[in-house]
Amino acid sequence: MSDTRSDAHHDHEGVKPSAEATYHAARIRAIEALLVEKGVLTREDVQRQIEYMEARSPSNGARLVARAWIDPEFKARLLSDTKSAAAELGIDASGPVEFVTVENTPEVHNIIVCTLCSCYPRAILGRPPDWYKSFNYRSRAVSEPRAVMREFGFELPEGVEVAVHDSSADVRYLVLPMRPPGTEGMSEEELAGLVTRDCLVGVSAPLEPVLSG
Amino acid sequence: MTPTKFEPGDRVRVRTEEKPGHVRTPGYVRGKIGRIEKALGTFKNPESLAYGGSGLPEKPLYKVGFRQTDLWDKYTGQANDILYIDLYAHWLEPARQETS
Repeated sequence: MSDTRSDAHHDHEGVKPSAEATYHAARIRAIEALLVEKGVLTREDVQRQIEYMEARSPSNGARLVARAWIDPEFKARLLSDTKSAAAELGIDASGPVEFVTVENTPEVHNIIVCTLCSCYPRAILGRPPDWYKSFNYRSRAVSEPRAVMREFGFELPEGVEVAVHDSSADVRYLVLPMRPPGTEGMSEEELAGLVTRDCLVGVSAPLEPVLSG
Repeated sequence: MTPTKFEPGDRVRVRTEEKPGHVRTPGYVRGKIGRIEKALGTFKNPESLAYGGSGLPEKPLYKVGFRQTDLWDKYTGQANDILYIDLYAHWLEPARQETS
């Protein structure tokens, strides 16, 4: 993680990134120390949870999408019961929150936001990107979704309806993007390589296949 | 108070009450009229859960759709653009057909 402010005033004594020294980081560490001291949780619990989160990544979403593109029955299960479809691919999304996959079509394009905080399908995709948590994205994705997509370099074709999903409660949403044209001969793994984190949130479309030869 | 049970297609108005705490109903939909898209089941009430409460009784959660042009005065997208948001039943009340 880079911080341009600390680059300008490089502190050779501090070996930790500057984010570690913030008020909030210090507070979290104090709370963690207290919880450990009181026996509410252990350092191992914290480490296990960090490892759980770090093991999640957008590549999980890419695998789900690629499988759905090549297997219509899997796609139907993904759309009707995302949790169990994820489990089929060994992705453990069990837990109290629900997961719903919304399908992009030639008529409707879906985009996900959490206006109140940063609700995100973490058990599948890992931690949300910083921009997803920004006030700018949270306020503008609901009120001017097309402008936001444009800033991500994605121009939605004329006539396509935009459906914004504000995941403010107990359901987490993922977008199933449309399979790009020209990908007919591609393997599941190659298809997964076209699925970016951004298109799983709906601010963009999958990558176009690179034409060889 | 038992929350009203809604069916897909029902028109609902989001309550406007000001309520402090861990409320999951953002200001921009309060007072707005939308349509029930689907029932999502029941979940522990975050307004109690966030403060060490039991969250019980569980509250029904609904996916509600709003026309973007009903939410934002200067909406620049298409007339059929829609916004879905998940709202707990106790924030919804039936809305009659509007003539205006």
